Amino acid sequence: MRLSGQNLRCVRGGREVFSGLDFAVSAGELLAITGANGSGKTSLLRLIAGLLVASGGSVELEGGETELSLAEQAHYLGHRDALKPALSVAENLSFWRDFLGGEMSDRGRSLAAAGLDHAAHLPAAYLSAGQRRRLSIARLLVVRRPVWLLDEPTSALDVAGQDLFVRLMRDHLIGGGIIIAATHAPLGINGPELRMRGAA
Amino acid sequence: MTALAALIRRDIKIALRVGGGALIGVLFFLTVTVLMPFAIGPDLALLSRLGPAILWLGALLASLLTLDRLFTADHEDGSLDLIVMSRTPLELACAAKALAHWLAAGLPLIVATPVLGLLLNLDGTATLAVALTLLAGTPALTFTGMIGAALAVTLHRGGLLLAVLVLPLSIPVLIFGVAASQAAITGPLSFGTPFSILCALSLVSFVVGPFAAAASLRHGLD
Repeated sequence: MRLSGQNLRCVRGGREVFSGLDFAVSAGELLAITGANGSGKTSLLRLIAGLLVASGGSVELEGGETELSLAEQAHYLGHRDALKPALSVAENLSFWRDFLGGEMSDRGRSLAAAGLDHAAHLPAAYLSAGQRRRLSIARLLVVRRPVWLLDEPTSALDVAGQDLFVRLMRDHLIGGGIIIAATHAPLGINGPELRMRGAA
Repeated sequence: MTALAALIRRDIKIALRVGGGALIGVLFFLTVTVLMPFAIGPDLALLSRLGPAILWLGALLASLLTLDRLFTADHEDGSLDLIVMSRTPLELACAAKALAHWLAAGLPLIVATPVLGLLLNLDGTATLAVALTLLAGTPALTFTGMIGAALAVTLHRGGLLLAVLVLPLSIPVLIFGVAASQAAITGPLSFGTPFSILCALSLVSFVVGPFAAAASLRHGLD
């Protein structure tokens, strides 16, 4: 499996964020996107996820399931955690499992893997920022998707949480997955790096 | 199918819990209807003649009250991104969300109608007729209102804009809803004619609403 982008161009609000951007990442690899604030890391991730329309160029996934689009084979972990404060931790995760089409038995295991099994019945409104992030990470596990698009995944996580997440990312890569992560801090996994230029 | 059922279950659950909007709509409906007799005065004949129109207006405004949050809440917390990316077609997801909204916010209005009919001096048949027309007509309000709710996401403005966009679209529903109720109470028209048109409006909105809302959401992503 190989995910690549050719000659990508992104314009937002009349301003060109980036242009002539190429990248390629193969199965088992993590591509780290680095760069200053406003250099277009999030825009690139959203463009790959199909949430932004590219002004030019194309993104291609080779060797995936041909019937499904790239977005349908990808997990997107953005700044916002997609949690409903009125629902409990377990209910939030069950919803995404059912909606995204995961296995019935995986919920408990995913929560345990993300270190949240003790808080399963707590309303999501009472979670801390780090716990919310852990719950989002549990979503990546409860439904299997080969491509992970992560936007600053370790922000708000404590040291133990960061170690745990690196382990989970390693497992995903060993299983033949692809990870593209926008990050400021080194993630602790070696791989190609895409440095975005521009912006302050 | 499980995906849509999960979406409907989640939206209803959120609406019924603390902070959800389901009961606010009924309370608003109650308030509007209770205020009317004070404004109009104690003329019982006039009240019962205006009754169906008052109930319809109350239901229309009450169903709009929570509709602007239909997509903006999901947009703000990032859920909408995941819904757009998922394997479920966005049109079906929109229809499921509208259905959930109607079940949580529209259906309670219809259940409350017989009680409010008493306040407006409506007899049994009249109340039943109004409740029946609301049952047939409120889905059209929700499904056309959904288009406005989706536009509110695109334009980053909710609230009042939604009412301005959606109220003109609901005029036909209002006309035929009140006409059918009046026909059942006083005649001379048969109840069936305006009622069939009301049902047709609902059926059209089931088709047009989800497609228009999905198109608006896709266009407005950023």
